[in-house]
Amino acid sequence: MSQQGYVATPPYSQPQPGIGLSPPHYGHYGDPSHTASPTGMMKPAGPLGPTATGAILPPGPPPPGPHQFGQNGAHATGHPPQRFSGPPPVNNVASSYAPYQPSAQSSYPTPMSTSSVTQLGSQLSAMQINSYGSGMAPPSQGPPGPQSATSFQTPPRPPQPSILQPGSQVLPPPPTKLNGPGASPLPPPMYRPDGLAGPPPPNAQYQLPPLPGQTLGAGYPPQQEANSGPQMAGTQLSYPGGFPGGPAQMAGPPQPQKKLDLDSIPSPIQVIENDRASRGGQVYATNTRGQIPPLVTTDCIIQDQGNASPRFIRCTTYCFPCTSDMAKQAQIPLAAVIKPFATIPSNETPLYLVNHGESGPVRCNRCKAYMCPFMQFIEGGRRYQCGFCNCVNDVPPFYFQHLDHIGRRLDHYEKPELSLGSYEYVATLDYCRKNKPPNPPAFIFMIDVSYSNIKNGLVKLICEELKTVLEKLPKEEQEEMSAIRVGFITYNKVLHFFNVKSNLAQPQMMVVTDVGEVFVPLLDGFLVNYQESQSVIHNLLDQIPDMFADSNENETVFAPVIQAGMEALKAADCPGKLFIFHSSLPTAEAPGKLKNRDDKKLVNTDKEKMHLDSQQFLNDLRNDIEKKIGFDAIMRVRTSTGFRATDFFGGILMNNTTDVEMAAIDCDKAVTVEFKHDDKLSEDSGALIQCAVLYTTISGQRRLRIHNLGLNCSSQLADLYKSCETDALINFFAKSAFKAVLHQPLKVIREILVNQTAHMLACYRKNCASPSAASQLILPDSMKVLPVYMNCLLKNCVLLSRPEISTDERAFQRQLVMTMGVADSQLFFYPQLLPIHTLDVKSTTLPAAVRCSESRLSEGGIFLLANGLHMFLWLGVSSPPELIQGIFNVPSFAHINTDTTLLPEVGNPYSQQLRMIMGIIQQKRPYSMKLTLVKQREQPEMVFRQFLVEDKGLYGGSSYVDFLCCVHKEICQLLN
Amino acid sequence: MATYLEFIQQNEERDGVRFSWNVWPSSRLEATRMVVPLACLLTPLKERPDLPPVQYEPVLCSRPTCKAVLNPLCQVDYRAKLWACNFCFQRNQFPPAYGGISEVNQPAELMPQFSTIEYMIQRGAQSPLIFLYVVDTCLEEDDLQALKESLQMSLSLLPPDALVGLITFGRMVQVHELSCEGISKSYVFRGTKDLTAKQIQDMLGLTKPATPMQQARPAQPQEHPSVSSRFLQPVHKIDMNLTDLLGELQRDPWPVTQGKRPLRSTGVALSIAVGLLEGTFPNTGARIMLFTGGPPTQGPGMVVGDELKIPIRSWHDIEKDNARFMKKATKHYEMLANRTAANGHCIDIYACALDQTGLLEMKCCANLTGGYMVMGDSFNTSLFKQTFQRIFTKDFNGDFRMAFGATLDVKTSRELKIAGAIGPCVSLNVKGPCVSENELGVGGTSQWKICGLDPTSTLGIYFEVVNQHNAPIPQGGRGAIQFVTRYQHSSTQRRIRVTTIARNWADAQTQLRHIEAAFDQEAAAVLMARLGVFRAESEEGPDVLRWLDRQLIRLCQKFGQYNKEDPASFRLSDSFSLYPQFMFHLRRSPFLQVFNNSPDESSYYRHHFARQDLTQSLIMIQPILYSYSFHGPPEPVLLDSSSILADRILLMDTFFQIVIYLGETIAQWRKAGYQDMPEYENFKHLLQAPLDDAQEILQARFPMPRYINTEHGGSQARFLLSKVNPSQTHNNHYAWGQC
Repeated sequence: MSQQGYVATPPYSQPQPGIGLSPPHYGHYGDPSHTASPTGMMKPAGPLGPTATGAILPPGPPPPGPHQFGQNGAHATGHPPQRFSGPPPVNNVASSYAPYQPSAQSSYPTPMSTSSVTQLGSQLSAMQINSYGSGMAPPSQGPPGPQSATSFQTPPRPPQPSILQPGSQVLPPPPTKLNGPGASPLPPPMYRPDGLAGPPPPNAQYQLPPLPGQTLGAGYPPQQEANSGPQMAGTQLSYPGGFPGGPAQMAGPPQPQKKLDLDSIPSPIQVIENDRASRGGQVYATNTRGQIPPLVTTDCIIQDQGNASPRFIRCTTYCFPCTSDMAKQAQIPLAAVIKPFATIPSNETPLYLVNHGESGPVRCNRCKAYMCPFMQFIEGGRRYQCGFCNCVNDVPPFYFQHLDHIGRRLDHYEKPELSLGSYEYVATLDYCRKNKPPNPPAFIFMIDVSYSNIKNGLVKLICEELKTVLEKLPKEEQEEMSAIRVGFITYNKVLHFFNVKSNLAQPQMMVVTDVGEVFVPLLDGFLVNYQESQSVIHNLLDQIPDMFADSNENETVFAPVIQAGMEALKAADCPGKLFIFHSSLPTAEAPGKLKNRDDKKLVNTDKEKMHLDSQQFLNDLRNDIEKKIGFDAIMRVRTSTGFRATDFFGGILMNNTTDVEMAAIDCDKAVTVEFKHDDKLSEDSGALIQCAVLYTTISGQRRLRIHNLGLNCSSQLADLYKSCETDALINFFAKSAFKAVLHQPLKVIREILVNQTAHMLACYRKNCASPSAASQLILPDSMKVLPVYMNCLLKNCVLLSRPEISTDERAFQRQLVMTMGVADSQLFFYPQLLPIHTLDVKSTTLPAAVRCSESRLSEGGIFLLANGLHMFLWLGVSSPPELIQGIFNVPSFAHINTDTTLLPEVGNPYSQQLRMIMGIIQQKRPYSMKLTLVKQREQPEMVFRQFLVEDKGLYGGSSYVDFLCCVHKEICQLLN
Repeated sequence: MATYLEFIQQNEERDGVRFSWNVWPSSRLEATRMVVPLACLLTPLKERPDLPPVQYEPVLCSRPTCKAVLNPLCQVDYRAKLWACNFCFQRNQFPPAYGGISEVNQPAELMPQFSTIEYMIQRGAQSPLIFLYVVDTCLEEDDLQALKESLQMSLSLLPPDALVGLITFGRMVQVHELSCEGISKSYVFRGTKDLTAKQIQDMLGLTKPATPMQQARPAQPQEHPSVSSRFLQPVHKIDMNLTDLLGELQRDPWPVTQGKRPLRSTGVALSIAVGLLEGTFPNTGARIMLFTGGPPTQGPGMVVGDELKIPIRSWHDIEKDNARFMKKATKHYEMLANRTAANGHCIDIYACALDQTGLLEMKCCANLTGGYMVMGDSFNTSLFKQTFQRIFTKDFNGDFRMAFGATLDVKTSRELKIAGAIGPCVSLNVKGPCVSENELGVGGTSQWKICGLDPTSTLGIYFEVVNQHNAPIPQGGRGAIQFVTRYQHSSTQRRIRVTTIARNWADAQTQLRHIEAAFDQEAAAVLMARLGVFRAESEEGPDVLRWLDRQLIRLCQKFGQYNKEDPASFRLSDSFSLYPQFMFHLRRSPFLQVFNNSPDESSYYRHHFARQDLTQSLIMIQPILYSYSFHGPPEPVLLDSSSILADRILLMDTFFQIVIYLGETIAQWRKAGYQDMPEYENFKHLLQAPLDDAQEILQARFPMPRYINTEHGGSQARFLLSKVNPSQTHNNHYAWGQC
């Protein structure tokens, strides 16, 4: 195990350890086609004997390495002058962005000014990362920068977090069994206390190896002092062969976990809060290439000024490495998470619709990219050069416009496709299937009417609810009624189609019993306009529960149901969506028959009741029917020369390597796209991405939705690291791993994730941080919380195979994550935990979240936890009675009924406030979360604890601290 | 001679039997030399208003291989209360109920006038009749409307307790559930997929004890468990429902693109109908009534593809072996027909379309099960409407003129063996001592199943004399044949009709005159024609004609008197005199000639020829021509072109067509409007007379003939001209100087 550091990690398809050297194609499961590996990172092959494992790095914001600073300056686009104590560098404004400048400065606040704090923060942290290194390195290593270390500490931060803040974390890897605490490697002698902590030793706890009595002074136990030789030697001694086990074993030693102070390791909450504090509520204009947007957790107003809003596209990094070698070296996935139909808040401008009539969109002749701000008009506007393939095209006569003195078209601001990052085109017949305008889409409702579903009232519930929700079928704003047609099928062992043609006195049922080869028994009258056939449909929905009331058919089919839906849509020649209300394992004799896999104990238990939470179900149903949706979509991601999209993840179908096909895509679905170099990228022209989605609207109009995004390129690894976005990285890692789940052993996948994490961080450490003790853990600021998030991902049930977890649940979560956007995946993997007992009833803002750890809970507290699927209200045994009274309207803790999934509406501020908070959390999420009440020290608390993701997992999976140690060890191994 | 004619007529009226020979040659050798085989036309259910059924069961011979029914030919020992079977000579005790039997107190079946007697069986559950409508919805709107009306009308004609079901088909096949309230429900099947009976029953939920229904049943014990099925319901219960359902029937909604035929799943629809009845009501009287407006175009049993540019197979294609779907389709329908027959159900085919509908392939469904075949141009014609209505006509007792699930059991005295039968029947494969090895028609059995029959259904039954030449039959010896027909009467009673006949043997060498005089040339012509058609159906056409010719020549050789090399000297006795003429017209008939007929038409004609009684069959062979003139009452005239005269009105009845033809002068007179002038009222009457006579024929005929009113030079006159003997043609017309 210890040998299979990232160096050796083979692709998932070749899980043997030790086949080294191939740079892991992380995220490219099963792709063995890579070779070069940095030999320098190879670990000594043999164990060097038992040594100390723990390397403790002192945290603290050390001064930055000056040379890095200089680099940053050179890259200055993102650096607000304020960041520096000195005068702003002139080159702040990149001349290459000239076209944007005037507008940026006139009509929009420049990002430099608005996001100064953020930028400062990130810059600072980048510096600090380096500074850790430099902190450990002799000062002579680099010329001193113009700024002193103190200048980096200028951002107002509380002293205690300042240890964490810098983004660089120092962690003592817990001693393994092999190495006693005494064996811990010594920190470098030059370790500077000031870097460790200006504020004194709250951090001492985590710095210290598990031995009690360690003193803070140096931050190292005496033993360390004793052992410490030359830094390198010490490190080497401590690591080789030191980790006989992988991450799993890391979880073993419990002591360090207890000893370490959670507060001292990077806190996602803090990162979120900082970003929110610095960028929240502001206007983020997308006029600059490669700028890093606020975190998904930060609310702000986004102005499209030439690049797609981060609501549509988020990237793992906003600065691509110039060469593939560099990319391989860093192993940071280059990916974009594209949510092409993301909902735009009402205070932002909706997408413009461009209509060029019969001539259709203007496209590059060679690469077929659509007209966008990246096209450069030349020769007086008669021609334009494609920003993607550099082909020079003639401007079509109807599109001609003169250029102004800076070479920009006079109609620049009149045409969305010239000035905006996102817009839509009306597609011509050429873009339609068979060159025919598409038919309006259809929704087909397919209801399981087997015995149990009838008996438990679900069928009745669905039928009742459908009457309401059908009134709210999505429609275009300007239209009177929805163009969507609806159809109905019920089924158990056989399928029942219904003719609900408007001129019928009563619906007609047509039974299809040939489940082996399902077909659509009728054409006319199956898919109807709801408004026209309303009375027949209501008649039908009234009758369905009674019609099958006497049925005791227990068996159901499933695959034939889907097939029936598909056949129906095919027969009607329209796109559409199937709503299948299925609630039993399809055991009837038919294609797709399943055997009972999971245990039957669930049946007739309370848990089953829990599963039938009608309110949650109905909310989801309403949501699902009403939400905006596009059909029959094909997405194509085009890139500028030098790189290309190679891999796609999501609820998609790919018939070739470039076209992403989606039968339907709604506002919550995202596709993650990975990019690879095929050539060098230039820092000047950057990396441009154009995502075009051809789709059919709910009214049956064919449209193209275009999103453009420009990224920077750099030949400096530091630039790459400071432009990363951890939330997007996790989204990518989750999807690539969940995709690999189908082909690879879970263990291998987990190892690869751990290894890649270590590799990314080690590369940073090696190339971007100043030399320092190998035992120090140094994290880039942008990836400060990568380990904790990665650990959450590793603990997800999809990546764990435990009999306690039902197969359906795993499949469900897997499917869910595959289509998630960054915001959803962030919350999903790191739930939000809010203390309720400290509510300020007068405030309308959410209370500050706390970290997902049991240690944050208190007996006297009430906490709300949400992850996008579930919501828990955790009640401490000694919760304040007035709160209990206020929320539940019962006199005491003991009176609370935890069976309910709804909070009573009590007319007092606590209740109102809590329900408002729950509403706010829910509102942004695609799925309605089911509320579970959990009392401390009662059995259901176990379920809740799974979501305390910083703790050791219920079903395995290490705690945050353990994982951090593990990653640190891996890094150290790599560095050796 | 008159006596023989009377004898024949009397026998026919009493027993429904006409033999080719009424005195039988007593040896095998002599019998074969008679050319025309010993055979009879049997009309098992010939209407006998004077014969009320007896209310008890027949007494059977106790010999297991015999089981002949006690009849007037049996020797009875009144004292010992014994009777001897006249077929196997077994001596049988009379059953106890016959204890009071004596010379003066005889049961009916022993009286000579009850050579035909009908027994009514009281035992056993009576099951209602079943009518399953299988309706094509790929019709033109007005056609479908007319059909719907006919079907709705038929509901009022059905026996009230009859079960009725509805299957509709087009691209899909829908089996309608009839007892639904609130919502109409149907089971839908793909029209392209052949399903086994079991699959069909599974899919319709007929195999497993239909759970909800069975649970509901104990609550309503009055309902007969086996009678109830969701798809077949008593007419009186659901006639409103079904009327509405029929009313709401729409044309097949699947779009038919230009240049295509509608997709019509006749094969699957029929298969489902058969499977449905097979699963629910085996061996119960049932009619599957298929109404189709075009050829099957998909799935099993498809006859032609949906490309309009490829026409449906013609005789030419068939000869060239160019009918690609024919064999497969025929096989499919034969399989269905055999299954249907095995279950005692029958299939009617009502095909109304201008083009062919695939009767050639489907014919066996009607032929083997005793169902009807009706061919018309459109459902919106009186031809179809009245024909369909006529199916539900009632007899003098108020019973429907239809019977179901009959088995015909034939027993012969030992000098005879059974060679086979030709008619709407299937073999039951009952071998026995009286079954001949030589087969004529459907042979190798002494029992046949006739799933659907009416009072005119007639079978040709062929025998073989097996008595050896050297074993002479004693003077005055008689051969006997017993026909036992067990069937389900339309009143749902089980009945048995027993006909026992006997004929004298004669030594052909010494008593040829007797035999000759007892020749029934009409019956012989029809029986030979049936053989010929049967051969034509199974073998090639031209050979049949040659075979017929040879038989005629041999017959003339045998019975004609002539001097060699002197054609003019040829004479045939009266009992043979018409026979050559029948053969002449038979050769020209559509039953043997396919020219100018589509394969469907040929099948249609042959179907009817093989089931009609002697009179109708003769009309088919040689149409009747009546001449109306001012010169006297209407008179039958020769079916010859010389009968076409300018001042005559001709009425021709070919069975399938009634043609009224106005001679040239008559036509001119009518054109001039003489009939409207009071002074020419007699002309009006003359015009009216054939119309009245035609109406009379139309009233009785089933199926309704095509009714053609034409005149000299009219295009429809071809129907007449094609039938008459062309003695006068453009070649000899003037030469003979006649007009």
